Amino acid sequence: MSYTQGVFPIIEKRALAEDTFSMTLHCPAMAAAAQPGQFLHILPAGYGLRRPISIAGIDPDKGTLRIVFAVRGKGTDALAGMNVGDFMDVLGPVGHGFTLLPEAQHVVLVGGGIGVPPMLPLAAYYGARATAVSGFRSFRQVILQDDLAACGAQTIVCTEDGSAGDSKGFVTGPLEAMLSEGVDAVYACGPGPMLRAVADLCIRTGTYCEVSLEERMACGVGACLGCACRTKDENGNEQYLHVCKNGPVFKAEEVIW
Amino acid sequence: MADLSVNLCGVPFKNPIIPASGVFGYGREYEAFYPLSRLGGIATKGTTGQRRTGNLAPRIAETPAGMLNSVGLQNPGIDAFIEKELPNLLTKDTVILANIAGATAEECAEVAAKLDSTDVHMIELNISCPNVKQGGAAFGTSCEMAAQVTAAVRRATKKPLVVKLSPNVTSITDIAKAVEAEGADAVSLINTLLGMRIDVRTRRPVLHNNVGGLSGPAIFPVAVRMVWQVANAVKIPIIGMGGVSSGEDAAELMMAGASAVQVGMACFTDPYAPVKIIDGLDAFLDQNKIPAVRDIIGTVQPW
Repeated sequence: MSYTQGVFPIIEKRALAEDTFSMTLHCPAMAAAAQPGQFLHILPAGYGLRRPISIAGIDPDKGTLRIVFAVRGKGTDALAGMNVGDFMDVLGPVGHGFTLLPEAQHVVLVGGGIGVPPMLPLAAYYGARATAVSGFRSFRQVILQDDLAACGAQTIVCTEDGSAGDSKGFVTGPLEAMLSEGVDAVYACGPGPMLRAVADLCIRTGTYCEVSLEERMACGVGACLGCACRTKDENGNEQYLHVCKNGPVFKAEEVIW
Repeated sequence: MADLSVNLCGVPFKNPIIPASGVFGYGREYEAFYPLSRLGGIATKGTTGQRRTGNLAPRIAETPAGMLNSVGLQNPGIDAFIEKELPNLLTKDTVILANIAGATAEECAEVAAKLDSTDVHMIELNISCPNVKQGGAAFGTSCEMAAQVTAAVRRATKKPLVVKLSPNVTSITDIAKAVEAEGADAVSLINTLLGMRIDVRTRRPVLHNNVGGLSGPAIFPVAVRMVWQVANAVKIPIIGMGGVSSGEDAAELMMAGASAVQVGMACFTDPYAPVKIIDGLDAFLDQNKIPAVRDIIGTVQPW
């Protein structure tokens, strides 16, 4: 594993939705190394611990990485206050990303809320072979649908209150319908209960599924063992793996929910 | 370039800066950033007789100028450490302090005995981990228990023995004197301060273990005070730690009485922190025309 740590300029910033921001960083070495599903470990000025933020766009030609994050607390609020021209302290790219399947004909990208951004590099890879099912609480949180469509992916939006999108309710509705027709792989990122429901559906239908997990994290490189995730190995023995190094992406059947 | 070398219990260190146990694993992850030979030493992840899985997540929470952790001594066990990690560490041209812990004095002694036949340079006995139900801090909070476990480990090994003390006590000097009397070659302090935070929306503690160890710059003044008090109470050398994040912090802890300094949370803020602290200490000495770092140990001039 090789990492870069340094300060990199923000070259673009946009507000996407309520408390949700998109920023693009000029960081050529990291942009050349980044893979879909990896994250950046970002230090808000004045704080002691970095915040793991998933990578939402990789452009090795321009030497840029895009991040999309929601304000969750004081640390992410400090990041949201940064502007174009400011330098962000970033360690990355970190973690074990999604497995890319060149032969796959149809994959489903399931994103819940701020779990949608890491689906975007997968949409860029799979193009028209991907269907992105994105779930949000309401129309206020809907993000990145134009970006997913621009990659060629079909997009389906679900909102819990029906205030936007194609379907009122959870992402599992449209996913279940697609699974019955057979898909090659499902990739998911979002809240724990959503991931668990997606993983259960995929395991039940024998569909290959990878989930991206989140946990409170300190070092980000696998040394401190802070971001523990309960998993089982191939023999069914329980073990703690770590979201920062073994993950954030795990095979659905590995995770003990 | 000042002379940064120090000698602790007969073991020469090229500089006094040591990543603290628990933040640095067994060194492999940080080798991606800089050669480990830059470091004075490495205190390895606390290792017990058998493999331990640790506590449920969340194990980490940031707090003002610090953090709480409740990892719970997750480690592969001493046999796996000796077989898979120690041989690699011993090739890195830096002093290896094997941090050990156990639920009983017998377990600690057994782990120390296994290390005695290896080439590890020093043993750091953790009698102060706040995150495990047995052993850990229970040993470190009474003079009798601290003395008993130190004596048991002392009988099990001839390696230089550093005993890591808990700050969660009424008198850390009494504990330091008790372990000195039982043959500790040095003490290291301070481990984390026991703390707790509650999410007021869910009314749940932010750590799954409910309580955890507080570290980081928030505890630095406590560390300076305790190192100073212990330095005035014992004759054995002290490894100081607790919220050190700059070369001047390291100098301050050494002036309080520490012969070497461990670096914890700062490694999370900046993976290069130990190296920057070495360089910062060197620069501080040069700016103040102090030829050797050992000349500042214990030189505070109290009012």
